[in-house]
Amino acid sequence: MNASVIAHLVLILVVFTCLLLSAAAMVYMERKVAAALQQRYGPYLVGPKGLMQPFADVIKLMFKEELRPKASDALLFAIAPMLSAAAAFAAFAVVPFGAETTLFGLLREPIELGVADVNVALLVIFAVTSMGIYGIVLAGWSSNSKYSLLGALRSSAQMISYELSYGLAIAAIVMMAGSLSLRQVVDGQAGYWLHVIPRWNVFPQIVGFFIFMCAGVAETNRAPFDFPEAEQELVAGYHTEYSSMSFAMFFLAEYINMVTVSAVATDLYLGGWHGPFLPLSLGWLWFLAKAFVLLFFYVWMRWTLPRYRYDQLMAFGWKFLLPLAVVNLLVTAGVVVYLG
Amino acid sequence: MAMDVYLFYLLGAVAIAASVLVVGQRNPMYSVLLLIVSFMALAGLYVLLNAPFLAVTQIIIYGGAIMVLFLFVVMLLNVPREDPARLFGGSGTRRFGVALAVALAIELTWALRRLGAIGLRGELPDVSSVRLIGRVLFTDYRFAFEATSVLILVALVGAIVMARKES
Repeated sequence: MNASVIAHLVLILVVFTCLLLSAAAMVYMERKVAAALQQRYGPYLVGPKGLMQPFADVIKLMFKEELRPKASDALLFAIAPMLSAAAAFAAFAVVPFGAETTLFGLLREPIELGVADVNVALLVIFAVTSMGIYGIVLAGWSSNSKYSLLGALRSSAQMISYELSYGLAIAAIVMMAGSLSLRQVVDGQAGYWLHVIPRWNVFPQIVGFFIFMCAGVAETNRAPFDFPEAEQELVAGYHTEYSSMSFAMFFLAEYINMVTVSAVATDLYLGGWHGPFLPLSLGWLWFLAKAFVLLFFYVWMRWTLPRYRYDQLMAFGWKFLLPLAVVNLLVTAGVVVYLG
Repeated sequence: MAMDVYLFYLLGAVAIAASVLVVGQRNPMYSVLLLIVSFMALAGLYVLLNAPFLAVTQIIIYGGAIMVLFLFVVMLLNVPREDPARLFGGSGTRRFGVALAVALAIELTWALRRLGAIGLRGELPDVSSVRLIGRVLFTDYRFAFEATSVLILVALVGAIVMARKES
């Protein structure tokens, strides 16, 4: 095995571990930010500033009893959370997060930061996300509980509805970049307009960015679109009957999906690893910073906005967001054709 | 090269096994899921054929959209488990079905044997270019493409009209 293969394997391992840790970090951030917004302390006992709290949570979940409803379908009940988590991890495989780097001269040949560079990366993300729906649907069905089934129906209907706007927002970007490869989309955003404004897609595609973020929040089933988990109506939605590690896997999937959506948004709209002050080889720091801002926004929104009603959500998705996305796509197509 | 061949046989075996099991399942839920597995294996085969765009589209449209619809129908209608079927006997339609299936199998074997004689020669065309596919769709096949989109629209409107309650 040559060095570049080993470097790649190490990179895959690092990305996987970082995703796991990012879920833990998100749990911590969620609890701390929620506490700050509600003028509480949040977790502060486990470790310095409560930093070890997510790990304590994981240990607690691991030692809990795994319960399965008697009338449930054993096989599908076991597979569903794995499917959710696997799809969440798999989607990140095609997300690039940095330019070519030798890691401070550690490697002789530079490697590109990103697990796989696929020329249809955007579609792959789309495909893998749509696989994640199966985890939710199967969890709902196999639990053999009305709350689970209704929660699963709602969340899958929601995901399918918002996937359309999501796809149309991405299509506008694809038209501008002329490529389905995320790396090429990012590299098209290098440089500045008038020497000051970065050439990020968010400026010409501000409407697209709005649509993408709305749909992204709905896709990840987060507040204010977290109907699958509307406690008052559905107890805990599709994961009502889950406990212990299989429950944890659904949460892991949710947080990793958030990280993926933020990372993809960074690549598509915020110029990825391009930014001032830092050399391109350290661009991944910019990437992390931008993704962090988006993730913070996610948490901030959850604890600020109340939940929509289910019919409002569907009306918003189909009657407002989708037409807006279509208009955005048409305008973008017109401009791209006009400018040649 | 050898790797490609192994992957081809592996994916082909998965696709065939899953497809056979789809028919063999008593529980319709499992049938739907096995069909998804079969579609995935097909997508893998497309990748091997140097057509990643086709593979991903296969997963998005068949594996994602259409099968979710199937799953919904099975889930909501709560389709009961099927009774064990006997291969021969039963009603007349079933016998007719068996006869048709055998005829199809013979036909397929014949077609494949012929194909074996011709063989697949030459380099595989690179059909991964989305630009190329788009161009072909909107020029050479524009009539079929537009006609299909109108047909789908008609079906959509029809479904809504039929589902609407008379007020």
